Amino acid sequence: MSELDAFREEVRSWLEENCPPAMRTPMRSDEDVCWAGRQWQFQSEDQRLWLQRMAEKGWTVPEWPEKYGGGGLSSAEARVLQQEMAALGCRPPLASLGIIMLAPAMFKFASEEQKLEHLPKIASGEIRWCQGYSEPGAGSDLASLQTSAIRKGDHYVVNGSKIWTSYGDKADWIFCLVRTDANAPKRESISFLLFDMASPGVSTSPIQLISGASPFCQTFFDDVEVPARNLVGEVNKGWTVAKYLLQHERNMAAALGRSRSGKKKTLPQIAVEALGTDDAGTLKEPVLRQKLARFQIREQAFTLTMQRIGDEMARGGDPGPASSVLKYYGSETNKQRRELWLALAGMDSLGWEGEVFDEGIVARSWLRSKANSIEGGTSEVQLNIIAKRVLGLPSAV
Amino acid sequence: MSLALDEQQRLLQESAESFFAGKAPVSALRRLRDDKDETGFSRELWQQMCQMGWTGTFLPETYGGLGLGFKELGVVMQASGRTLSASPLFSSIALGASCLSLVGSEAQKARLLPQFVSGEKLAALALQEGAHHDPVNIATSATREGDAWLLSGCKRHVADGHTADVFMVVARTAGSARDEQGLSLFLVDSGTPGVNVERRFMVDSRNMAEVTFDKVLLDADCLMGELNGGYAPLQVVIDRGNAVLSAEMLGSALEAFERTLDYLKQREQFGALIGTFQALQHRAAQMFCELEMSRSVVMEALRCADESPEQLAIASSRAKVQMSETLRLVTDESIQMHGGIGMTDEEEIGFFLKRARVAQQLLGDEHYHLNRFAGLSDY
Repeated sequence: MSELDAFREEVRSWLEENCPPAMRTPMRSDEDVCWAGRQWQFQSEDQRLWLQRMAEKGWTVPEWPEKYGGGGLSSAEARVLQQEMAALGCRPPLASLGIIMLAPAMFKFASEEQKLEHLPKIASGEIRWCQGYSEPGAGSDLASLQTSAIRKGDHYVVNGSKIWTSYGDKADWIFCLVRTDANAPKRESISFLLFDMASPGVSTSPIQLISGASPFCQTFFDDVEVPARNLVGEVNKGWTVAKYLLQHERNMAAALGRSRSGKKKTLPQIAVEALGTDDAGTLKEPVLRQKLARFQIREQAFTLTMQRIGDEMARGGDPGPASSVLKYYGSETNKQRRELWLALAGMDSLGWEGEVFDEGIVARSWLRSKANSIEGGTSEVQLNIIAKRVLGLPSAV
Repeated sequence: MSLALDEQQRLLQESAESFFAGKAPVSALRRLRDDKDETGFSRELWQQMCQMGWTGTFLPETYGGLGLGFKELGVVMQASGRTLSASPLFSSIALGASCLSLVGSEAQKARLLPQFVSGEKLAALALQEGAHHDPVNIATSATREGDAWLLSGCKRHVADGHTADVFMVVARTAGSARDEQGLSLFLVDSGTPGVNVERRFMVDSRNMAEVTFDKVLLDADCLMGELNGGYAPLQVVIDRGNAVLSAEMLGSALEAFERTLDYLKQREQFGALIGTFQALQHRAAQMFCELEMSRSVVMEALRCADESPEQLAIASSRAKVQMSETLRLVTDESIQMHGGIGMTDEEEIGFFLKRARVAQQLLGDEHYHLNRFAGLSDY
């Protein structure tokens, strides 16, 4: 038996012993997702236990080094773990912006001391993080952000406001872009700062969207004192960190365009139920039939493109332009999908409340999708990036 | 299962691209057009292509082939699309040899395939009868004449039919006009009495032929494959053909796009390079995105032709729709972004627009394949 096979056996029996049966059932809704953190109330004892056991093994972040709370697995071993979890139907023990957004930047830019302080608490789920990037006056033009951090002895004093802070009211700490020099050019005076949301002077206010309640908040900083050692990377070099993280965010947002999992109804099923077919099985509404077919080709082309880029990278290719292309195309595709859903399902899709309309899930998802091409860099910003960095088109003087 | 090219395929791509760029640039097509060349392509160039083995990529070595696949043929066709090279690679190999290898008897294959691969003989698929691709709508008929067959009818828009030595003819042997059942495939020598071929000059400076069969007497051994069962294999030939044709279209689209991009970086108006204008930058970026999607669906169609025949039909229609729309977008925008100069015959960009529309129509345009895709998707 190879070492990897032995590892697989070991993982399988550990999972069978330690994953509570309730954590092997499919998640029914967003409420089954475990975000953890200081304010978290576990849905069940099983949820708590599952996180605790996985965190003790370091398997919430299997490939991180053990000293940072990881499992120290090779990527082949991590893949085995993933496969065995999938085979048993194990839920992810922890969902975390800290893992997917902050940690990649920490690994690249943070000091050893900072890594040892923060990464283990991310891995265990002890601290839940939120992201402080956009501001009311700095959206697409993120580099013009105004939140200031002024050095006073061994700390910074932070003033300003962030917007679109996902789960700002539920997070424990924030990673935040701040201006540390009022007189330098805008991209050379930004720094990357970490601080506790429980610090005096921090307040949050939830934002209601056109789709209803949302995880977004506006966050206010009023003379918040932050230890100077919480600055990641060099002072005034935070824009480099920000750009690195934004690329990660684009990659994730791109996945939005991917076809949804099998348990939900497909668009053709919705179309057939809502519109009916003739004896030959052809949709009775020829114009919508054509629109549906065109959309499906678009969606499949997008899925195949992600697959192709993966295949090319596996053969040593450069992902290069992929992230902006996928972000742009994925978010536009998801918006089209939601619009088409309405067109196919008709007035039934526009219900807002009540069980008969499933609490307006179709309408709310449609409305929410409008933000896909705004958040994480607008479609227009992605096109600018493609034009300049990929196609090499010149900038206006 | 990969959608990426492997090392060998990448090398093939490089050598094909430099071959066509060096020996068959767009100016070669212009010369063929201006000289009203007798064959409409260069026989010398064709011989070189045969010697490179490109005519035998997907055929077994027994017939002089390389024993590779349609992906390799697609790679070569994509390279040829970059320079709009006129050759019978599509008509004689991607359609003709493909058809014979799929349905021909051992004797038919042994006799003809090596000659197609060596370039000694050229094949053409005689399918379409009207202005549109419509493979069930076949009126050309073959009726029994003792042991033999009597073939009558008229085929239109037979790609490179004017130089074909052998036609693969789709004829009705039973049923009526729109039946899938009752179609059969015949091998017909172009020199057979009663066969009349008229060359038609098309907008892309290439050639279609109108081929009429006037009571052509065919031996029993001219039938290919199963009597009345020709439709299913014919669809496979068409699907493989569209996968390969989409690869050619991808090459043309990439080239037209890159030429236009170069122009945006050179042309000045209002005291600035026009490539600095956001109105043009965003359109260029959108074209790039569509080209990225097109690459993927084309690779998937070629992959299905080689590895997953059960998914080929839908993959091929998907590729033709996406590729046709992208090529339409790119060629239209190429002319627009070149401005007045793009309308002149002297500038080569117009050749791409012309070839684009012919390639789109060939074996069914995006409208035909969108409808087919919906049907294959069960709605």
